[in-house]
Amino acid sequence: MNLVGYILKRILQTIPLLIFVSIISFFIIRLSPVDPLGELRLNPSISQETLEKEQKRLGLDKPIYIQYLLWAKSFIKGDLGYTSSGEKVSRKLAERIPNTLLLTSIVIITTWFAGIPLGLLGAIKQKSIADRLLTLLTSMGMAIPSFFFAILLLIFAVKTGWFPVGGLTSYNFSEMNLIEKVFDISKHVFLPALVLFTISLSSLQRQMRANTLEVLDSDYIKYARAKGLSERRIIFKHALRNAINPMITLLGFEFAGLLSGAALTEYVFQYPGLGRLILEAVMKSDINLVMASLMIGAFMLVLGNLIADILLIITDPRIRT
Amino acid sequence: MIKEIWKDTFARIALLVLVTLYGLIFLANFIAPYSKNYSNRDLAYVPPSKIYIINEKGKLSFPYTYNYIRKYEPELMQTIFKEDRSKKYYIKPFNLGWEYKIFGIIPCKLHLFGVEKGGNLYLLGTDINGRDVFSRLFFGGQISMTVGFLALFILFPIGLIYGGISGYFGGKIDMIMMRIAEGIMAIPSFYLLIILAAILPAGMSSTARFGLIVVILALIGWASFARVVRGMVLSIKNEDFVLAAKTIGASPLRIIVKHILPQTTSYVIIAMTLAVPSYILSESGLSFLGLGIQQPDASWGNMLKEAQEFTNILYRPWLLTPGVLIFIAVLSFNVLGDTIRDILDPKGRKRESFK
Repeated sequence: MNLVGYILKRILQTIPLLIFVSIISFFIIRLSPVDPLGELRLNPSISQETLEKEQKRLGLDKPIYIQYLLWAKSFIKGDLGYTSSGEKVSRKLAERIPNTLLLTSIVIITTWFAGIPLGLLGAIKQKSIADRLLTLLTSMGMAIPSFFFAILLLIFAVKTGWFPVGGLTSYNFSEMNLIEKVFDISKHVFLPALVLFTISLSSLQRQMRANTLEVLDSDYIKYARAKGLSERRIIFKHALRNAINPMITLLGFEFAGLLSGAALTEYVFQYPGLGRLILEAVMKSDINLVMASLMIGAFMLVLGNLIADILLIITDPRIRT
Repeated sequence: MIKEIWKDTFARIALLVLVTLYGLIFLANFIAPYSKNYSNRDLAYVPPSKIYIINEKGKLSFPYTYNYIRKYEPELMQTIFKEDRSKKYYIKPFNLGWEYKIFGIIPCKLHLFGVEKGGNLYLLGTDINGRDVFSRLFFGGQISMTVGFLALFILFPIGLIYGGISGYFGGKIDMIMMRIAEGIMAIPSFYLLIILAAILPAGMSSTARFGLIVVILALIGWASFARVVRGMVLSIKNEDFVLAAKTIGASPLRIIVKHILPQTTSYVIIAMTLAVPSYILSESGLSFLGLGIQQPDASWGNMLKEAQEFTNILYRPWLLTPGVLIFIAVLSFNVLGDTIRDILDPKGRKRESFK
């Protein structure tokens, strides 16, 4: 099968998955005893007209499967309803998604640049002091709760005053020029990114180390050694490529883990991302917002896995059969 | 296996730490100087009591402590705590204090230590409600350290049976079952976790809530576990011994449970030790947000809830101690899990495949 055909097939496969996810999320939320319009009703700034429109859109007087179909119909049309404070859900999401994507992509890129070489190092110099130290550090990185680490970094930020605490931009952001803006955002992103970086680097490094060890143990590496190839050539030409392939599959999982881990980190740093949005929505039982952000979260996760799969198809010709 | 774990220095330390931690929380009632329900509203945020063994004359003395008294400093505009040096309170080992029940039946008043009547002994200070942080660490540990294990006992049977059936029958059944599992995995787990926790009704008893949190944690994790089991079953089901069982007419369920699943034991042990810490982390995250274990019950996560305030983390660092304990417990589980994996699965083929 050709490359494009395979990719198309893989994309089509995600559609039933997304439908299924939406069904699960819909029923979980409807199981809750919360009145979906309760908060809206209490908000005096919401007109009776909007309320009736929402009631009609959600079809609350109809049986639950019709409600689901109505919800799905308006979701596809891009109408996600209103939050309990009367804002449009779609606008709120459009505000938050880029922030979360910014944070997660920074973390993924930096962990890959650091984790792959460190994993390789750990495997090549297995049982050396460097390897033992790395293993110890990564164990610690995996053991520290993300929110606790975030709190410790907050103390650090407050005591030194080197980093701004909370938010994504400073209050005078609109007056800055482009370079200052970039600098301002990076200062705000640094600490949340550092928390997620530490946690995801740890598992990435371990995985890469394990993969490399396995590859180095394989027959073709032994053959390459027997042939008298230089160690450098063996590692970079033969071992590295084969060890990286399984990592690409993990990219999707890493993305999933980051979305989850980011929620707590965003919460502690008051970072305006999707994770914090969903947390606040859950606590205020803002049903429209919860439902929409859950779907978007799932959508991003499925998309992440899809990208990982496509990358893998491109790099590893063996699975194209 | 214990012997092999013992040989590895790191694993030995981890095992000792875990045994100690579980021992301490088992003896929580005996060790904790204050009861679960103790609270002294007049003494909120008291710093840790200092224990003196050298008295004012510079001589060695039996350990004693001073009470803190609250004082308002008009110049600083804040309340501060000062030691009241007028009266000493001696520490009393094997003290008779509040009453508890051994194994829930035998009443007992004996405690490892206490302080003379009238004295306050807060080894790690107090929290906003004037509760002793040191005592609550033990009661919190009872919840935080068991929640993961309990979740596993629900999750593993489900995952094993589900993965077993899916892999054994194959075909359409396999396809449908795996799509369902993938659907659950496609929801970011922490999002699902907080939503499920948030829809729990508010007025639940604390035991019921604890039980449901356990169930929710298990619901999140079973799918990825079932997938790995299915993969293993796929490779086992064509072995000769399965065929032999089939020819003598064993039912599919019997073949799955009696013949195929036991083959996955070493993987299950590895996955279990590596999964416990992730549940400890999930529970603490959930409680930290206020969605898990509720006050007045303690868990390490909800004790850290107070660390959300700046003034607390800057001026009351003793409130951060539960975080250190989570770190130590999770680290020990991870180190132990790694070692067990190296022992049971030296080739490391299943490394990190389940989280």
